[in-house]
Amino acid sequence: MTRADLLIIGAGPAGLAAAIAARQAGVKDLLVLEREEASGGILRQCIHNGFGLHRFKEELTGPEYAQRDIDLAADLGIRIQTNAMALSVTRDKVVSFVSRQEGPRQIECGAIILCTGCRERSRGAIGTPGTRCAGVFSAGTAQKFVNLHGFMPGSQVVILGSGDIGLIMARRMTLQGARVLACVEIMPYSSGLNRNIVQCLNDYDIPLYLSHTVTDIRGTSRLNGITISRVDENRRPVPGTEIDFSCDTLLLSVGLIPENELALGAGLNLSAATGGVLVDDRFETEIDGVFSAGNALHVHDLADDVSEEAARAGRAAADYLLRGGQKRQMLSVMDGRGVLGAVPQKIAVPAEEDVRVRFRVDRVYENAYVCAHAQGAVFPRRKHRILTPGEMAQAVLPKQPLSLAEGDIVISIEGEKER
Amino acid sequence: MTVVTCIACPVGCRMGVETADGAVTAVSGHGCKRGVEYARQEAVCPMRIVTAVVRVRGGMPLSVRTASPIPKKDIFACMSAIEGIVVNKPVTMGQILIEDVCGSGVAVIATKAMNE
Ligand SMILES: Cc1cc2nc3c(=O)[nH]c(=O)nc-3n(C[C@H](O)[C@H](O)[C@H](O)COP(=O)(O)OP(=O)(O)OC[C@H]3O[C@@H](n4cnc5c(N)ncnc54)[C@H](O)[C@@H]3O)c2cc1C
Ligand code: SF4
Repeated sequence: MTRADLLIIGAGPAGLAAAIAARQAGVKDLLVLEREEASGGILRQCIHNGFGLHRFKEELTGPEYAQRDIDLAADLGIRIQTNAMALSVTRDKVVSFVSRQEGPRQIECGAIILCTGCRERSRGAIGTPGTRCAGVFSAGTAQKFVNLHGFMPGSQVVILGSGDIGLIMARRMTLQGARVLACVEIMPYSSGLNRNIVQCLNDYDIPLYLSHTVTDIRGTSRLNGITISRVDENRRPVPGTEIDFSCDTLLLSVGLIPENELALGAGLNLSAATGGVLVDDRFETEIDGVFSAGNALHVHDLADDVSEEAARAGRAAADYLLRGGQKRQMLSVMDGRGVLGAVPQKIAVPAEEDVRVRFRVDRVYENAYVCAHAQGAVFPRRKHRILTPGEMAQAVLPKQPLSLAEGDIVISIEGEKER
Repeated sequence: MTVVTCIACPVGCRMGVETADGAVTAVSGHGCKRGVEYARQEAVCPMRIVTAVVRVRGGMPLSVRTASPIPKKDIFACMSAIEGIVVNKPVTMGQILIEDVCGSGVAVIATKAMNE
């Protein structure tokens, strides 16, 4: 068995940012494992622009954004082992992995950061009806085919789900010569960015069917048609509203699930709201010295936010290794009215710095306040013109009132006008 | 009147833009100043960055983009030009692959490096 002070699993934007921050904070013995043949994570296949606006103040494509971190990691002499897949993590921080070059290996670690990203929800997970023919793909799989392998999965396409990946693929397939007949969304609003609705659907006259879902999938060997229907307030199809499309491809963009097999194997609990592990304000999990960041912790919209959060996890891991773990008094962060999946779930007091809590709202709110309440402390509230489930929201809790808080901190949305 | 949806923030105001002889005369429906600026450009000459992949001799596809936005109406012409080329390895990130794509004066550049 070999040893590493810090092991980072996954070399997407989270793993790279964590590694860079840890090295800059003084961790010398550091290894990153990546199961793919190259670093960069999901950004390798996100060839569209729209990355880095916050962090670099310029608009980059996914590969360009990733390359900045890959280059910086290389300059800092950070070792990234590709084609190396972590198989298990134990409570006492032993990681088993298998690499193409060396076969199965074990490594004993001082600290671990889990940066394994997320995977797409599949057809089984949403229970679409109809035959099991070929031609139904997840949008991310189609993205990988088209952008990394140069292979088109079909020519007449319907997209189920109007999240950003679905929207991006509607444009991509159109530019590549396919006909995208419709984008179908079960909710009365799209969970994608406005910018993507305008530039991926409207630019190409692709209709968006809100409050609709796929109610039949037809085809024997290959898909040859689907039916969509309008849904009522309870998301049940309304008879008589069917529209048929003949198509050879259905792309599913129906949500992402944090990848946490390793965390579960180590005995960590998952949050029902985020699908990620439970962490404190330093992104440390319930196991001392094991941290989590990026889409494995909770699904982000922006790579910029992932990098910022993972860098904090990297600095915290460095601090843990260099100064040792400290017992700190913890307060719980609770989801109040309108709030889903606030992260971190625990905050140590007295606080060392301002703490940013990220979450999603349960529906669209206009002119509403993001508030935080706790016994003994008064937090500033912040007004937002709009809060939508498609964009991650945040509450920044300043160090000073935090240090006065006693008991749970509740994050909530107040004073809104419903749209 | 042209209808333009603002993309500068999640509110997504739908604005009406009046034009006369290719010049904007009035913008309505904007929630703030930022929308006006966007609507003026979008109604007269919408611009987009185009991203795609090109074929590589003896390799996987290479991701590319236009170095800056091009007129929206030229997107498909730009795609044809991109589909028409095959590049040789090695390629550096930012390398110019097409000097001036369909007369826009904008280059098509590689967004990743590819070794021999
Ligand atoms: C289609 C799409 C479009 C997007 N568009 C935008 C956009 O326009 N702008 C923007 O800012 N953001 C965008 N995002 C979001 C952004 O890309 C993600 O939030 C970000 O990539 C998440 O980073 P990550 O490192 O957590 O995960 P990932 O990028 O998924 O990286 C995780 C890495 O971990 C590796 N891994 C997993 N398990 C193991 C294991 N057991 N052993 C070894 N390695 C492992 C994986 O191979 C992968 O490389 C988009 C995302 C998608 C999917
Ligand atoms: S006009 Fe202003 S408020 Fe309306 S979408 Fe644009 S930036 Fe937002």
